[in-house]
Amino acid sequence: MHGATNTVSPAGARRGTVVVTTVASDSHTWNLVFLQLLIEELGYEVINLGPCVPDQVLIDACRETAPDLVVISSVNGHGHQDGLRVIDALRACGELASTPVVIGGKLGVAGHQSDAAIGELMSAGFDAVFDDSSSTTREFSRFVGTLSPAARPLERTEVVA
Amino acid sequence: MRPGAHPLRRTAEGARPVDFGAFVRARSRAGDLVVQPRMGFSDPGTMRAGLAATSAADATTVGTITLDSYTRVGELASVDEALSTGAKLNGYPIVTYDRAVTGQVLAGIRDETFPVQVRHGSAVPGDIFAALRRTLINATEGGPVSYCLPYGRTPLDESVRNWVRCTEDFAQLRESGVEPHLETFGGCMLGQLCPPSQLVAISVLEALFFCQHGIRSVSLSYAQQTHPGQDREAVAALRRLCGELLPTPNWHVVIYAYMGVYPTTDEGAYRLLDEATRLAVTSGSERLIVKTVAESRRIPTVAENVAALEAAALTARAARPGGPAPAESDSQTYLEARALVEGVLELSPDIGHAFELAFRQGALDIPYCLHPDNHGRARSYIDGDGRLRWAGIGRLPLAGLVGPARTREATASGLIADLSYVQRAFDRPAMESGAFRDRGRADIAPPESGSS
Repeated sequence: MHGATNTVSPAGARRGTVVVTTVASDSHTWNLVFLQLLIEELGYEVINLGPCVPDQVLIDACRETAPDLVVISSVNGHGHQDGLRVIDALRACGELASTPVVIGGKLGVAGHQSDAAIGELMSAGFDAVFDDSSSTTREFSRFVGTLSPAARPLERTEVVA
Repeated sequence: MRPGAHPLRRTAEGARPVDFGAFVRARSRAGDLVVQPRMGFSDPGTMRAGLAATSAADATTVGTITLDSYTRVGELASVDEALSTGAKLNGYPIVTYDRAVTGQVLAGIRDETFPVQVRHGSAVPGDIFAALRRTLINATEGGPVSYCLPYGRTPLDESVRNWVRCTEDFAQLRESGVEPHLETFGGCMLGQLCPPSQLVAISVLEALFFCQHGIRSVSLSYAQQTHPGQDREAVAALRRLCGELLPTPNWHVVIYAYMGVYPTTDEGAYRLLDEATRLAVTSGSERLIVKTVAESRRIPTVAENVAALEAAALTARAARPGGPAPAESDSQTYLEARALVEGVLELSPDIGHAFELAFRQGALDIPYCLHPDNHGRARSYIDGDGRLRWAGIGRLPLAGLVGPARTREATASGLIADLSYVQRAFDRPAMESGAFRDRGRADIAPPESGSS
């Protein structure tokens, strides 16, 4: 995480809030634990929804916390199918229509996502796709670094921890 | 080589499946390590072909039907959607298919020389157990803790209630003349970074839970971790605690080849599987669940699974059993595991309830487990010698056994270093010899902390 950790804000000041989640059928958690630590080191408050997150739980959490970014990580091979459903549901909520939402991990059972499969996710409304076989952690960190930090009072991020 | 063309017996008596536990123990007494894949396909024909290939492998095998993860969480509408659009599931949807379909998958393949186990990973397994009873599938695995805390959102008390009911219903298979077998998944908690003593303790406690609810044929899992010597000590502790505590003689131990971030090179993957196989043989374990060279990339094919089974069988034939560990030696792992087991059993005579109290109080505490019912204060790390150790014990009853906690802040890079310790150690020789194809990425997604 070279470089990226340099952007960590002074202790106490957070750049914003990121929701880390997976899809409803995915039971894996190490990816979520890792992403939480990584995104915290990038200066954000993280709300980690844990494994097997039903669509409605994710939507409710996003509506409640108005995050600066939603990170969906899935490694069980159902991420593509579930991701398409989840992004539809998120984008259908007016207040989440323009929230940055990214997806990554092992998204299909075949090992890598084709350009067409990634294109399908992008046109469904994802802002970025980090397919595990073709992208790196550093690319993800760079993406997070390009987000414009929301100008919001600090206490906003503290109540949701 | 297994006798290939076994005719399916048509009598009601002959069609009853054998006791999975008795089968494995008999093969072990004959000197064979039983090897088993993780394998599940949504298409019944492919599933049947996978079982047939497993049975025909040059190894002493048992079959596996791993269920898909929609079935695991009860999202049956998503199963229907995938089946109707032709999308592939990551396992066999046993609840959705008619019993006749599953009967056809098994017909002529499952017999007294080839028992089959269903693997799922569900904390709400009611529908799954009902499907097993309908098809007289008498071997499965899991547990109220190991299928709840690491992988889902189901509250622990609800998982315990579900598992009590399902275990008691499953035990009733005996009324049909069929012996039900349950394997604990507790020796695999989170796949990696759980210190071995707690893996041993939860495996033993889940077996006691199964026995308390009517099961007489059990197996206890232990997943290969980061240090061969520590693993041998852990399996010896597990076997000793089984002898001391289980109310049935019909138990055996199943070793899981490493479940964390897997080597990316074929050579590294095979060396890691070899080490798991030697652990199984030298510790006197009866069964091994293999991993393939494809683990770091995707769900393995049938051929990759068969190759792994045959490689493990070859290594097992060459390995020498270590003989039973001396019973009088109280290893560190044994002492910690016994303290953890006793710490739970003293909370309530009802083991399910004792589990709930233990996690609430921190008498059991899984490092890095995100479940809200986990205490969340225990931490672990890999020491310089490769052993998994406690970085902090929280409120685990290990105060007299484990030295003072190290202060060690969790960082993303530190976590990745520990999660990929085994991958690096086993890929290194292949990389140094130039055989490694640099895939140019950090593997942030452990392939298998999951449910299969």
